[in-house]
Amino acid sequence: MKLKLHVWRQNGPGNEGRFEDYVAENVSEHMSFLEMLDVVNEQLIARGDEPIAFDHDCREGICGSCGFMINGEPHGPLPSTTVCQLHMRNYRDGDELWIEPWRATAFPVIRDLIVDRSPLDRIVQAGGYISVRTGSAPEANNIAVPKANADLAMDAAECIACGACVAACPNASAMLFTGAKVTHLGALPQGQPERYTRVVEMVTMHDDEGFGHCTNHGACQTACPKNIKVDYIGRLNADLRKAKFRHPAG
Amino acid sequence: MELNSRIPAGPVDEKWSRHRFEMKLVNPANKRKHKVIVVGSGLAGAAASATMAELGYDVDCFCFQDSPRRAHSIAAQGGINAAKNYQADGDSVQRLFYDTVKGGDFRAREANVHRLAEISLNIIDQCVAQGVPFAREYGGNLANRSFGGAQVSRTFYARGQTGQQLLLGAYQALEKEVRSGKVRMHTRHEMLDLVLIDGRARGIVTRDLMNGAIESWAADAVVLATGGYSNVFFLSTNAKGCNVTAIWRAHRRGAGFANPCFTQIHPTCIPPSGDYQSKLTLMSESLRNDGRIWVPVKQGDTRPPKDIPEAERDYYLERHYPSFGNLAPRDIASRRAKEAVDEGRGVGPSGVGVYLDFRDSIGRLGRDVIAERYGNLFDMYANITGENPYEVPMRIYPAPHYTMGGLWVDYNLMSTVPGLHVAGEANFSDHGANRLGASALMQGLADGYFILPLTIGDYIARMKPDDVDTSHPAFADVEREVREQAERLLSINGSRTVNDFHRELGALMWEYCGMARSEEGLRTALRKIPELREQFWRDVRVPGGAATLNQSLEHAGRVADFLEFAELMCYDALDRDESCGGHFRVEHETAEGEARRDDERFAHASVWEFTGVGNTPKKHREELTFESVQLAQRSYK
Ligand SMILES: Cc1cc2nc3c(=O)[nH]c(=O)nc-3n(C[C@H](O)[C@H](O)[C@H](O)COP(=O)(O)OP(=O)(O)OC[C@H]3O[C@@H](n4cnc5c(N)ncnc54)[C@H](O)[C@@H]3O)c2cc1C
Ligand code: FES
Repeated sequence: MKLKLHVWRQNGPGNEGRFEDYVAENVSEHMSFLEMLDVVNEQLIARGDEPIAFDHDCREGICGSCGFMINGEPHGPLPSTTVCQLHMRNYRDGDELWIEPWRATAFPVIRDLIVDRSPLDRIVQAGGYISVRTGSAPEANNIAVPKANADLAMDAAECIACGACVAACPNASAMLFTGAKVTHLGALPQGQPERYTRVVEMVTMHDDEGFGHCTNHGACQTACPKNIKVDYIGRLNADLRKAKFRHPAG
Repeated sequence: MELNSRIPAGPVDEKWSRHRFEMKLVNPANKRKHKVIVVGSGLAGAAASATMAELGYDVDCFCFQDSPRRAHSIAAQGGINAAKNYQADGDSVQRLFYDTVKGGDFRAREANVHRLAEISLNIIDQCVAQGVPFAREYGGNLANRSFGGAQVSRTFYARGQTGQQLLLGAYQALEKEVRSGKVRMHTRHEMLDLVLIDGRARGIVTRDLMNGAIESWAADAVVLATGGYSNVFFLSTNAKGCNVTAIWRAHRRGAGFANPCFTQIHPTCIPPSGDYQSKLTLMSESLRNDGRIWVPVKQGDTRPPKDIPEAERDYYLERHYPSFGNLAPRDIASRRAKEAVDEGRGVGPSGVGVYLDFRDSIGRLGRDVIAERYGNLFDMYANITGENPYEVPMRIYPAPHYTMGGLWVDYNLMSTVPGLHVAGEANFSDHGANRLGASALMQGLADGYFILPLTIGDYIARMKPDDVDTSHPAFADVEREVREQAERLLSINGSRTVNDFHRELGALMWEYCGMARSEEGLRTALRKIPELREQFWRDVRVPGGAATLNQSLEHAGRVADFLEFAELMCYDALDRDESCGGHFRVEHETAEGEARRDDERFAHASVWEFTGVGNTPKKHREELTFESVQLAQRSYK
């Protein structure tokens, strides 16, 4: 099939960007979206142009490196699918695709489709962990964890930090990301001692990094390639309220 | 090059505790004055950085992704082994040790493997305490499964995302130390060379991938935890960025490279679908528990699978290995698939593939049970291939997956360059000629959490204090070389892309140094690789500039190193005139077609010394002695 692409090109963080038009020819339905871009890039290089820069690594939907908007949708049209797992059989000959980077104040564009997602790391630094010195852990089966809690923790821990939730949110909020980590650690007995300081510090950092507030649009959940649920934002808010009552001093 | 393995004296099960006692300690007040560089933030690198920071060292950690959480370890699916014996099915440290030595086809160092089996217990405790959401039973205890042909259930798992969850545990511990200021995390930084001063590793030179800045970093010790080199084959199950650059550059500076030809081919991957294919996707090995592998009896049989009657199907693994059947070890299952394809009995549009068929188990257990066990894998397969595996058998084919070879290290995980330590898949240590399923994650975390932080202390405690920093002229020299290489790559402006060269190299390695290797093929490869390398340096086209984000330039540097490394791999494969584990030389097979080891001549690790690009490398040996496990031929009949 043959596709018409409009791709966001931007040389560097401060530079002005623009859409450039390309034609992708001989696209096989078995290609992944990134393989289609690989082929376009090979042609660009051959004719002396610079290839389209995009982040990617595992190409299996797990590392969270890839991600951009296709026709206004983060990771494209398929539910629960990262763009590296999106295959071209989902498109038809003659389709026209607008491809652009995540748009969010907290995620400045670095080049073309690549943005700076380091604020997500800083939210984790603020408290997204359980403090346990290496070698000081008790025997693993000493604390039984109800299966339901373990399953909830795992559901929430599946987040890959790709940033699609931020890109989808009209407020560019990273609450789905933050809520997922708060839920994961809060569901486990091991996560209790730091539970309430964690939520306060992570939310404070979230706000300081320039992400917007959650106003319950739910667009994040629709965009999430890993089925992270907005319920986790509810859990985060519940913990946050408790934290303010229980630890009024912060 | 001197190889002193520094294996502690005493019985194998006491070596590690004795050694821990004998190691020198760094005065706690002085630790913060000691800098350690860790290259890599996968399981090995993140665990080592976090733990060393906790102990008080001043750590700089580097990765090329935009976040340490994206290291390739994130992609591991199946699980992690530990000899907890929670299932009370007869497991023990001794048995895990034995299985690993035997599984490695007697080409690993006993003392290291025993230590690994001991530490496996601590790893699970540590990860659970960090909040890793391992699968649990209804009673709340940890669940286990049997994996990769093991006869006990010792594999811990977190759905099909064990690597992700273990890495997130280590990543979170790392980020905590970043917050405390004891680790400086340098993302999007690629190590391009190692800096030696007075024969010791004292730092690295990196390129900032955002803006091309070339920078120097000095330290008292350097750790490479940079993963494996399966991408020398271009198509592999590894993430696209996985590379050999860090360890290859260290090798060029004097670090011995051990057993580079020991690579593992995974039997259950989705076959390539076209010449645009950029990587291969692993389908969990657990599928072999319920799927039956077959090809048509007749060559060139293009009928749809449902039209091929039972009598015209060859369930070749069940036929060759009545007791292990479809669960035969990875190397055997892979080789048999290649054999079927080479005989013209392969399936699918390209003829490169074999069927993995669930018809019988769906008939026996029902579709729901199969969906419950493998639903997400089936969905993934359907998404990639457009075929429904509940209706049509899956097509699978082997793909490069893991590299047992790596930089040689002693018992302290130190390479032949003093001060240069190597952890995780990047070293050669524990898996011999073949790695067992669920043992790489175990090794990465053992190295990172429990071994390196102690052995580095011993190294630093014995070092004379000095005031080396990046103003030392050695750094400027290396920086200049790194800059020159980038400029050279950018100035060639030839006619072929980097990807094109990488693909050609990969195809060549797969053909001649892949699943089955012959003297003739390896000699051909040794003739062709230098030709390809020469063409690369004459005709590659790397667009863009040096002082910006330039993914073509990044890739070009990695391919340049693969083009040198590939030759070493073939030299090693040619020199190892035996078959063992993942290294199969067609000249050495038993009457049943199995690998025939030659313990008389090859019970050693081959450690190679760099002698210049294009020159024959120099071989050294570390003889392996087996005191606790008796040398025996593997048998899976
Ligand atoms: C698909 C798949 C499934 C697997 N499943 C399992 C399993 O179920 N069980 C199991 O035990 N094993 C499994 N493995 C193997 C296992 O995942 C790896 O061996 C292991 O994770 C490697 O960890 P590591 O820390 O050594 O390196 P990696 O996780 O590869 O990390 C390498 C790090 O080094 C950095 N790096 C590399 N080069 C440079 C450079 N030049 N400069 C700066 N930084 C650099 C990278 O950025 C990264 O941070 C699997 C492997 C694959 C491919
Ligand atoms: S490249 Fe890893 S999730 Fe897409």
